[in-house]
Amino acid sequence: MGYERQADFGTPEVHGDHHVTCTIDGRAVTVPAGTSVMRAAALAGGSIPKLCASDNLKAFGSCRLCLVEIEGMRGTPASCTTPVAEGMKVQTQTPRLQKLRRGVMELYISDHPLDCLTCSANNDCELQDQAAAVGLRDVRYGYEGETHLGAAIDTSNPYFDFDPSKCIACSRCVRACDEVQGTLALTIEGRGFASKVSAGLAGEDFFSSECVSCGACVQACPTATLQEKAVKDIGKPERAVVTTCAYCGVGCTFRAEMRGEQLVRMIPWKDGKANHGHSCVKGRFAWGYAQHADRILSPMIRDAIDQPWREVSWEEALSYTARRLQELRERHGRNALGGITSSRCTNEETFLVQKLVRAGFGTNNVDTCARVCHSPTGYGLKTTFGTSAGTQDFDSVDDSDVILVIGANPTDAHPVFASRMKRRIRGKDGRPGARLIVIDPRRTDLVRSPHIAADLHLPLRPGTNVAVLTAMAHVIVIEGLADEEFIRARCDWEEYRHWADFVAIDRNSPEVLAEVTGVTPQDVRAAARLYATGGNAAIYYGLGVTEHSQGSSTVMAIANLAMATGNIGRRGVGVNPLRGQNNVQGACDMGSFPHELSGYRHVSDAATRALFEAEWGVPIDPEPGLRIPNMLDAAVEGAFKALYIQGEDILQSDPDTRHVAAGLAAMELVIVHDLFLNETANYAHVFLPGSTFLEKDGTFTNAERRIQRVRKVMEPRNGLADWEVTQELARAMGLGWNYTHPSQIMDEIARLTPTFSGVNYARLDAEGSLQWPVNAAAPDGSPIMHVDGFVRGKGRFVVTDYVPTDERTGPRFPLLLTTGRILSQYNVGAQTRRTANAMWHGEDVLEIHPTDAENRGLQDGDWVRLASRSGETTLRAKVTERVAPGVVYTTFHHPETQANVVTTDFSDWATNCPEYKVTAVQVSPSNGPSDWQADYAEQARRSRRIELHRAEPAE
Amino acid sequence: MTMDPLDKLVAMANQIARNLAHDDDPAGATAAHIATYWSPRMRAQIAACEGEGLTEVSRDAIARLGVRHAD
Ligand code: SF4
Ligand code: SF4
Ligand code: SF4
Ligand code: FES
Repeated sequence: MGYERQADFGTPEVHGDHHVTCTIDGRAVTVPAGTSVMRAAALAGGSIPKLCASDNLKAFGSCRLCLVEIEGMRGTPASCTTPVAEGMKVQTQTPRLQKLRRGVMELYISDHPLDCLTCSANNDCELQDQAAAVGLRDVRYGYEGETHLGAAIDTSNPYFDFDPSKCIACSRCVRACDEVQGTLALTIEGRGFASKVSAGLAGEDFFSSECVSCGACVQACPTATLQEKAVKDIGKPERAVVTTCAYCGVGCTFRAEMRGEQLVRMIPWKDGKANHGHSCVKGRFAWGYAQHADRILSPMIRDAIDQPWREVSWEEALSYTARRLQELRERHGRNALGGITSSRCTNEETFLVQKLVRAGFGTNNVDTCARVCHSPTGYGLKTTFGTSAGTQDFDSVDDSDVILVIGANPTDAHPVFASRMKRRIRGKDGRPGARLIVIDPRRTDLVRSPHIAADLHLPLRPGTNVAVLTAMAHVIVIEGLADEEFIRARCDWEEYRHWADFVAIDRNSPEVLAEVTGVTPQDVRAAARLYATGGNAAIYYGLGVTEHSQGSSTVMAIANLAMATGNIGRRGVGVNPLRGQNNVQGACDMGSFPHELSGYRHVSDAATRALFEAEWGVPIDPEPGLRIPNMLDAAVEGAFKALYIQGEDILQSDPDTRHVAAGLAAMELVIVHDLFLNETANYAHVFLPGSTFLEKDGTFTNAERRIQRVRKVMEPRNGLADWEVTQELARAMGLGWNYTHPSQIMDEIARLTPTFSGVNYARLDAEGSLQWPVNAAAPDGSPIMHVDGFVRGKGRFVVTDYVPTDERTGPRFPLLLTTGRILSQYNVGAQTRRTANAMWHGEDVLEIHPTDAENRGLQDGDWVRLASRSGETTLRAKVTERVAPGVVYTTFHHPETQANVVTTDFSDWATNCPEYKVTAVQVSPSNGPSDWQADYAEQARRSRRIELHRAEPAE
Repeated sequence: MTMDPLDKLVAMANQIARNLAHDDDPAGATAAHIATYWSPRMRAQIAACEGEGLTEVSRDAIARLGVRHAD
């Protein structure tokens, strides 16, 4: 089958139990009440001409092309704005309608260039289709109309062009930007023929406007006015494959639209349950890294890290690696070996890496990068609720009345979900919007952006989350706002009493704690009251919660609040971790932690071990292994020798870079399996080239526990998909693995993991996605968790006492540094820096409050030295009131900056998740890169040398 | 800034004990936590430090660990 756009039913789906039946061109059709005539006709298999309607936008009724005749109704109503009624009889194709529609079409075409044959949208243009549908043969008005013919093309956006000469002023783009994305960057200027779409202020082009390049307007445009540059370059796609974005935890699904082996564009899939047809700039456009010249395609080895790399065959690389691993195991014991799985890789790949470590290396020394982001979520939610998982699906936010966002910046880090959230906050069709509470040291975009304003923003001092949440709990308990009925029914009452007595004491009041948090007590009281009494209240949190010395306590404090107010177990409420990378949930589910096997079962549990031992035919160590920081410590002490790292760049992403570097340098065998020579690879002895998400089959599990398929759309350029690389390494070590497709790995996961027992590829392909647990109790998956009871039985209240971090400001380091991320870049930036996204964020900058800047004689754009007790770096300052006085902020997307040189190795008490969000620093003027940066750049350059090809025999 | 590994383990144990201070049995909870999440080698190391730098609760916890020999 050739290429087709996804069907467009004209107006959005209506949900409801009340159905009506009408007849359209003689065919009866039954639809939910409130459905438009246009949609009903489409559902009945017909098609009414349309231009201004699209099923992800509210009907607008401006083009007048969709007119119909309805028995007993005068005139010719627009079918997009007319709802069906019981017994209605509709005619969609009559001579009268045809004449009217031709007239409308003529007007449009008279203002449109007729270069269809050479237009990049040729054969993929709704204007063309509709001209054909209405049988347009002649244009009586002449082609000189008013027109924007000859208007200049705006090519400022790196991914799409705006060619105003082709605009029919249907305003679909404007509405997409308002309704779907919520950025409100576009307007229609002028009226009638002279009307024209414009991005922001006069003279602003797309790039300099508010536009965040989500692509919603491009998708909405029925003509070639807004179109992907890639389509212009490559041509119309010829097939489409549905797959899942490999960037963030939202897990948007896309149609990868292909021409041969070439990706033309990624179009968000309307049936995707996580994104419902929306996307952000990363998933939609930033996939060019897959073809970037920096990508390494052949395996490489070297005996020491001061040598240049030597390209070798896969056989040589694998046998060399296996031999070295075996030697080191013999010499230093199995616990001198370990592995790191990646939350960027698929579930199947992650499962194989931990299997290789446990069954092949014979140790539980396996960890995942989730260690450095959401391990406290695992600990906190397991302790309080019984399992490590967000409680809701994304759709649940539509039923929230109060939204509390703490330590998360969804408009940058989870943009597509942020758009959903913002839509709910704006309200719709007379339904008032949800109220919003933001707890964050920074004034994030959510606090104030077009048509959104937080009811309350609590700008706390970094490191005091627990204090603020305890103060809120204090107010809830003291003012009698707790939902005791819920607590008695669902939680352990004694534990609740113990907790309530604790939070009620005076020293936990907002007034007393204001001393440490810096938050106005009245605001804390108002936030507590709103959260407890405002209706369905949902908490969304991110790394600003977990990456603290009390990260786990904060997660438990959040869970306590939700239980105390009965906000758990139904739609619209819940506790929702917003996961950073795409497969954080999955990586944790797959047994990537050193103390547990898949499905969060501790290695000391003999029954679970027996299951794995029977399947794998090897004994499993009953003792927990080393976590990433422990591995590095052990390496420095000489007890840890070899590390296999799949898809992670711990040198750049983990805290206290010098310590990570020392740990890596102390190992005898570092195996990096990645797309690029990342920073960690500077310390590696073996480089195994990886494949991109476009080149493999598998599954990702998003932040709402939704398991979705990743589908291979092109052959791996490096020759092997990542799961095959791990399998080949296992075989080289003598393990008899024989998977021929990732679906077999999923079958093994399902056999061994109760929460996955109902998951298999056939079902995923048939149903699109499944939300775990999928088992006998929930055969169709679980959109909402803890509905009738908590996974652990009774919900458990845990006293979370505020313990200040050991990282303190003082005379030498008077400011607090907190770190975060930005929309256009992703994690360590290895992928996004290698795309045009770099145009939005070319370097990491340090946000500093005007007062702090002035005290130090700093101007916007100056080079500054950022120093902590761990180390120092330099970067440019951005003077802004987004951060409070005393707080500075930066991102860590660029290796040149190495923000983690300054972060410390303090960590969460329960999980060792590093305390990225609080570092005491000093900022001072500087004239350029620090010594460390210069040394580092030189060392990186040397260690990236690849020996020129020796003459190699042909294969 | 980077701490000596043993000092780091001691600091970690103290931090755990401090955060579990409101448990019915803080030392027991601390011991259980360490047994669940620390590798045998880490447990052996801290047991060998003979309580130096440990708070009362964490010392009690370490004593209750019943450390086996790491391989
Ligand atoms: S790309 Fe997105 S943000 Fe930019 S104008 Fe279009 S809809 Fe608005
Ligand atoms: S740019 Fe496209 S979507 Fe926007 S008004 Fe013009 S034709 Fe319609
Ligand atoms: S990065 Fe996240 S929000 Fe953006 S398209 Fe990918 S999954 Fe969706
Ligand atoms: S599609 Fe109904 S008026 Fe444009």
